[in-house]
Amino acid sequence: MRYIPETKSDHDAMLETIGVDHVDKLFEQIPSELRLKKPLNLPAPLSEMELTAVMEKFAEESEAAVKKTSFLGGGINRHFIPAAISALLSREEFLTSYTPYQPEASQGTLQALYEFQTYIAMLSGMDVANASLYDGATATAEAVLMAKRLSRKGKIVYVSKALHPHYRETLSTYMRDIDVPIVELPFDEKTGKTIFDPEKITDAMCMVVGYPNYFGVIEDLGEAKEVATKVETLLISVTTEALSLALLKPPGEFGVDIFVGEGQSFGLPPSFGGPLLGLIATGTANVRNLPGRLIGRGKDKEGKDAFVIVIATREQHIKREKATSNICTNEALCATTAAMYLTLHGKKGLPQLAELNYEKAFLLRSRLSLIKNIEEPFSGTTFNEFVIRTKLSGCELLHRLASDYKIFGGIALADNYPENKNDILISVTEMNTDEDVDKFVHALTEILK
Amino acid sequence: MIHNEPEKLIFEQGSAGRIGVDLPEIPSDLKVLPRKLLQTRGELEGFPEVSEPEMIRHYTRLSQKNVGVDGTFYPLGSCTMKHNPRMNERVASMKGWTGLHPYMPVSETQSAFKMLFEFEQMMNEICGMDAFTLNPVAGSHGELTGLKIIRAAFRARGEKREKVLIPTSAHGTNPASAVLAGFTPINIEVDPDGSVNIEALEKVLDENVAAMMITNPSTLGLFETNIKKIADMLHAKGAYLYCDGANLNALVGKARPGDMGFDVIQTNTHKTFSTPHGGGGPGAGPVGVKKELIPFLPCPRIIKDKDGRFAPYFDKQSIGRIHSHYGNFLVLLRAYVYLRTMGDKGLRDVAEAAVLNANYLRVSLAALGYKVPFNRPCMHECLLSEENMPKGVVTLDVAKRLIDKGFHPMTIYFPLTVHGAMLIEPTETETKETLDEFIKAMGEVLEESKETPDLLHEAPHITPVQRVNEAEANHPKKLNLRWKKQ
Repeated sequence: MRYIPETKSDHDAMLETIGVDHVDKLFEQIPSELRLKKPLNLPAPLSEMELTAVMEKFAEESEAAVKKTSFLGGGINRHFIPAAISALLSREEFLTSYTPYQPEASQGTLQALYEFQTYIAMLSGMDVANASLYDGATATAEAVLMAKRLSRKGKIVYVSKALHPHYRETLSTYMRDIDVPIVELPFDEKTGKTIFDPEKITDAMCMVVGYPNYFGVIEDLGEAKEVATKVETLLISVTTEALSLALLKPPGEFGVDIFVGEGQSFGLPPSFGGPLLGLIATGTANVRNLPGRLIGRGKDKEGKDAFVIVIATREQHIKREKATSNICTNEALCATTAAMYLTLHGKKGLPQLAELNYEKAFLLRSRLSLIKNIEEPFSGTTFNEFVIRTKLSGCELLHRLASDYKIFGGIALADNYPENKNDILISVTEMNTDEDVDKFVHALTEILK
Repeated sequence: MIHNEPEKLIFEQGSAGRIGVDLPEIPSDLKVLPRKLLQTRGELEGFPEVSEPEMIRHYTRLSQKNVGVDGTFYPLGSCTMKHNPRMNERVASMKGWTGLHPYMPVSETQSAFKMLFEFEQMMNEICGMDAFTLNPVAGSHGELTGLKIIRAAFRARGEKREKVLIPTSAHGTNPASAVLAGFTPINIEVDPDGSVNIEALEKVLDENVAAMMITNPSTLGLFETNIKKIADMLHAKGAYLYCDGANLNALVGKARPGDMGFDVIQTNTHKTFSTPHGGGGPGAGPVGVKKELIPFLPCPRIIKDKDGRFAPYFDKQSIGRIHSHYGNFLVLLRAYVYLRTMGDKGLRDVAEAAVLNANYLRVSLAALGYKVPFNRPCMHECLLSEENMPKGVVTLDVAKRLIDKGFHPMTIYFPLTVHGAMLIEPTETETKETLDEFIKAMGEVLEESKETPDLLHEAPHITPVQRVNEAEANHPKKLNLRWKKQ
């Protein structure tokens, strides 16, 4: 077996040192009736050559799907990944190391994560970010748990109904067993924006709102903050398309208390939805209530700059049941990927890419507006995702696009918003060529005529 | 580790006008019109402007300040730092997997569902469980999921139990997860060898106990010999037995947690199933359960209909969603490839070689004069304490000096129940030659601790930085969590 170097003579020599005559003797601490007496019923092992062929064929089964024209988004965003990133990620020092508990032997991971924290803080306009959480959905839940620690008054979480449905579901899974009530904030059917009515927000622990929201609509965080201040509660904003932050006014400038987001756009492929990258950032005053790992910049004993895990006294391995979160393994390599991606694009490239996404979406939007029987239910401003409504049910329209035109036209809203039966969410990125757009326009024109 | 010179922060590099990507042009007729609609930000102040070669050099240099399993022996106890097969990486980079979008129609992503379904079946067989969820993305995420499943089961029974019993030797994630799942963790003292004290258990075990979490083999590297009895005791009170599967590498193919009476287990693909640790993730933490707990598994689950078609499934009794989609798909894919490479015999060889290597280290290090608090056969990891070190020399010194000798240190000061613990897990993928070099280095360190203890106190010497002043880095006035433009 190529992964196990042990030879017969190694085996025998080690047994002799240990002073037992058979390796099974070492397993005698397991009571005999608990030891497995029969082989595991697993597929027969394959050589690297054979298994590679099997896996290539296996992957080919979905190649047709992967090659189709796609306008899918909804928090899993299709962006181009430069080759430089893949090349660097294969470096074993990043790939095969673990949590940097020994700072002297982990300065690479530590500095990369410190730079990641800086990037996320700058992008979100917040003071500090952590070194990653699992994904946008669990980051939202962690942000609410953090608000619970920070909040002295209210008990209820007010969540915008226009927040990503999977995020809301994950949040309610997390809150259910600790008795935190969740109340939905409705959205305006005309604009697609959340309605913040201070009269209806009482006993609030925090408010959670998408930016942009699930419909692609850019919420008015200024108004949200005003209301949050009025009812004396914390404001959490959630960004599912992190690239939008290169163009939009950052949440921090609106006075958001906790920013969370999904960072998958920065160099991670869609990958059937994982691994992803949870982002969280907040103000300096709240640092000690942040969940997860934080990397700080300090000095070594000779006064040389050095990076190290800091305020670990919030973390589970020290604080146990009093920790701010149970998170240990996070998404460090994904955070490193994002830092590389942001470095490569830099000050000019990232806004340029964001604009490209915005312009392309705008182009498609304007062309669709000319097609008979297509309307836009929401008037709110969008970044690169928007909703259209047709005379067909969203599911039927998507089915026809996929089967007759080989286009994944978007996501039907019907599953989560039954009253929006005929609506689909369309996402446009730099990956969508002019040809894709022509094809999509043509298909919709034909189907809806 | 070649690059010992400080590497400037990326924000202090580059020059105005440089860029690391060439993007397609935006059609000029579009440019002016729509932007006015947006409330936009100013420029990305602080972001660097670097070219591709500068970016490559920066991260290459950073990587050279890091130690990984490929480069050296990395015997971090309870972390199973085994070899990460490159074949798994190649498969995980195939477009047919990376390009799949979770919102594609179910009919188009059958291959992904099939892989997940088959992986679940293999996990059931290896662990002796009836069903697995693959959605949790880390070990502690799995713990939370498992405990929520238990809570949901009691809810369905119309019971509300408050307590979860946790041995003091457990990973810190256990009590933290219990709190997050709404339980009150109750610490149970363990015997010095880390095994559960049956009398202590009897005292606290009542009908308000929902579950007991046990790491088996324990965090001291020893098998919990009373496990079946403990399971019976808990079951008699209607409580569940939870297995922290962090140490599953010792058992694969040799014994199954499901056969020991465990009702729930969380596993770690980045430990037992060879997926890379990535500097701290991404991992995956699949959770297995016995039949009666299946309805409570998080959604979506993947089911196969009578025509052999796969589909996501949402059970009404499910604890709900715990991740945006299906968990860390590409990590699970790597673990799947690993299992298809190993098969039954391969996995058994894993456990045997891992246990043999750990015992070889145990006996050899004890012979050198290190204190092995429980000097009897261990499982996949062996435990030392600092007891035999000369006065003034502590575990941290040994760990730091090992870096000078070219090794990544073992896990230190864990478990908390052993004074100055050094937990060493060699895994099955190390050669005897490497183990011998490590033993030799440990021998030298012990000698130095007596003759020239300052060599230990001042270690490491060869690293890009010396010992970090952690107290200062943590000082509220000095805390520096990001770069800022001066």
